[in-house]
Amino acid sequence: MNLDFTDDQEALRAALREFFQKESPPQTVRAAEPLGFDAVLWHKAVELGLGSIAIPENRGGGGAGFVELAIAAELLGRSLAPVPLIEAAVANALLAAAAPEALVAAAVAGESLATLALHPAAGGVARLVPAGAVADLVLVLRDEELLAVRLPGRPAVAVPNLGAMPVADCPLDAGETTVLAKGPEAVALHRDAVHQWRSLTGAALVGIASRALEIGVDYVKQRRAFDTLIGGFQSVQHRLADNATALEGARLLAYKAAWAHDVDLPAAGTLSTMSLLFAAETAFTTASDSLHFHGGYGYTLEYDIQLYFRRAKAWPMVAGDRRAAYAELPHRLSGATEG
Amino acid sequence: MTVDFWEADELAAHRATARAWAEANIEPHWAEEQHRTGCHQTMELHARLARDGILAAGWPAEYGGSDVDPAFAQAIFDECAERDLHVDGWTTTSMVLHTIAHTGTEAQKHEYIPAALRGEILIALGYSEPDSGSDAAAAKTTAVRDGDTWVINGQKMFTSTAQVCSHIFVLTRTNPDVPKHKGLSLFLVPTSAPGYDLQPIHTLGGQVTNATFFTDVRVPGSALIGEPDGGWNVMRVALIYERGVSSPSRIEKTLAEDLASWAREARRPDGTTVLDDPLVAERIGRIAVDEEVGRLLGRWTNWQAAKGGIPGVEGSMRKLFFTEAEQRHFSDALDILGAEGLLAPEAPGAPAGGAFEHGFRAAVVTTVYGGTSEILRDIIAQRHLGLPRNRPGG
Repeated sequence: MNLDFTDDQEALRAALREFFQKESPPQTVRAAEPLGFDAVLWHKAVELGLGSIAIPENRGGGGAGFVELAIAAELLGRSLAPVPLIEAAVANALLAAAAPEALVAAAVAGESLATLALHPAAGGVARLVPAGAVADLVLVLRDEELLAVRLPGRPAVAVPNLGAMPVADCPLDAGETTVLAKGPEAVALHRDAVHQWRSLTGAALVGIASRALEIGVDYVKQRRAFDTLIGGFQSVQHRLADNATALEGARLLAYKAAWAHDVDLPAAGTLSTMSLLFAAETAFTTASDSLHFHGGYGYTLEYDIQLYFRRAKAWPMVAGDRRAAYAELPHRLSGATEG
Repeated sequence: MTVDFWEADELAAHRATARAWAEANIEPHWAEEQHRTGCHQTMELHARLARDGILAAGWPAEYGGSDVDPAFAQAIFDECAERDLHVDGWTTTSMVLHTIAHTGTEAQKHEYIPAALRGEILIALGYSEPDSGSDAAAAKTTAVRDGDTWVINGQKMFTSTAQVCSHIFVLTRTNPDVPKHKGLSLFLVPTSAPGYDLQPIHTLGGQVTNATFFTDVRVPGSALIGEPDGGWNVMRVALIYERGVSSPSRIEKTLAEDLASWAREARRPDGTTVLDDPLVAERIGRIAVDEEVGRLLGRWTNWQAAKGGIPGVEGSMRKLFFTEAEQRHFSDALDILGAEGLLAPEAPGAPAGGAFEHGFRAAVVTTVYGGTSEILRDIIAQRHLGLPRNRPGG
């Protein structure tokens, strides 16, 4: 067991933290609404190599493992950066595993932006695909076939939504289609990619929770009521302490899930689901409490906490009802938490 | 090396020998006896642990230490836990011995440590009183100097395993005229001293703890641990040993897996399994996630401690999360069992032998002892988040 990051991982964390802090301050996040995509920021991220970070080095990508991807996802979450880094990473890893070289090369060159439909397509459309409004290639499971479908007219207009996310319906008959895999192999590839998305989105929600906690703590350290700092009240302190505790737990679980993907642990899928569920609850409770401690200001658009509050709820929702996901867990439990 | 969450069993090399020791030395009826008497310390077991140098593992030879590998000793204690045998009296004794090693005189170290490692001294904690628990420094029990001796008067509460202990580690007020943290002293009081008495206190989980009474109890000056009026400095050390040390590396059985295996087999009148019910499955899923998080917070605490840190905040988070979650889990487990969840271990046909019903009652105390959840939240809010102190009396 080793819970310390390597020097390289710490350096990556420091570099990305600086990048997102500088390039994705709250005004950038606001300016990117309602679409939830900043093309200039994405271009800068691609130039840094973040677009193809998940593609192996011998194919021209960054060769990052999932722990490194989770670091990137956490820092993206902290700043709510309006770029589809997680979707691109997961889709690109899938392309690298199953697609013709041309599709991979286009992703490496930054000419193409791919995303993943989390749910199998019903009829001729994949519904509310994350990053579906800005990606020009969607990877989707339809009738036990894993398809890469070209999407025309991207970026599309925003579909107004709670989290200002670039979600969109993706028609599957409009563009050029490549079959990546068929039958059980297709189903397995798609399932693994969805687990990877859950794991990285869990890490992003840890980032949301950590920043939402800081915003709340900073506020209660300067706001006074009844002639004292509201941060001195136990009812406030204890909720923040619970949130700080859940945050550390969520972070440990997010990196354990990422590590499990790196070492191909059979429990990687279960851990990814657990990570997404726990991080989602932690992020939402933390952002919600933090907003509440702002009093009326928390409710205004002017304060940043609302940006976190909306996304903490919205980001995991594209994966479906979390209570159904909890109910799935015990069916896969036997030994799932070992290791 | 990158992050690695693999939990190797560090005691793997000792498991087989520890199991053999346990099979040869642990009587099967002891666990039932602890359950029946409510005393979480079995003296016959203690004598065997002492005889084989297991208690003395890891201590320097000059204080009676043995050459038994501490990892082997830990594996033995895991075997005890596996057999539902508590060693609470040794746990508190061990805390006090470490405290003496840090704060006692050389003469005291030689007087108490070797005897305790031989199993001749067993020490219960006497901090809490009828009117003070979390606020231990508010203790009212007095110790007054009389020549070469001290005279102790007062009452302690929740003096667990005092039934079988030779000594109580008693927090007393030796100076009422100074701020409360500055007038405290700690004494090792023999339970054989005239004027000492105890009354049993029966608790929800079946454990029988005690109220202990001190009426003109005389102890020699050598029973004072630390400086007179310097008791709070001793307490700081003692509390680190109480809160900081978390359980060993045993791979825990999880409640979620126990419940899931039961629910996979148990059938409803309509023939479906209990696990087919999404209301049940969702709750077991939540328990599984909480348990995973609790485990990770524990590993993280141990990791910080192994690196040489004092995991005050981490240990507080671990205990807060783990114990609060445990109480929710037992409550959910009883609900999931339905009406049968009511059945106590004594009832015929109780699910899992009534283990969940008993667990529900026993879990109540976990958010209280060794730092209440409220104290832990204060620690996290103030030391970790930097929020202002809010307790006027410290």
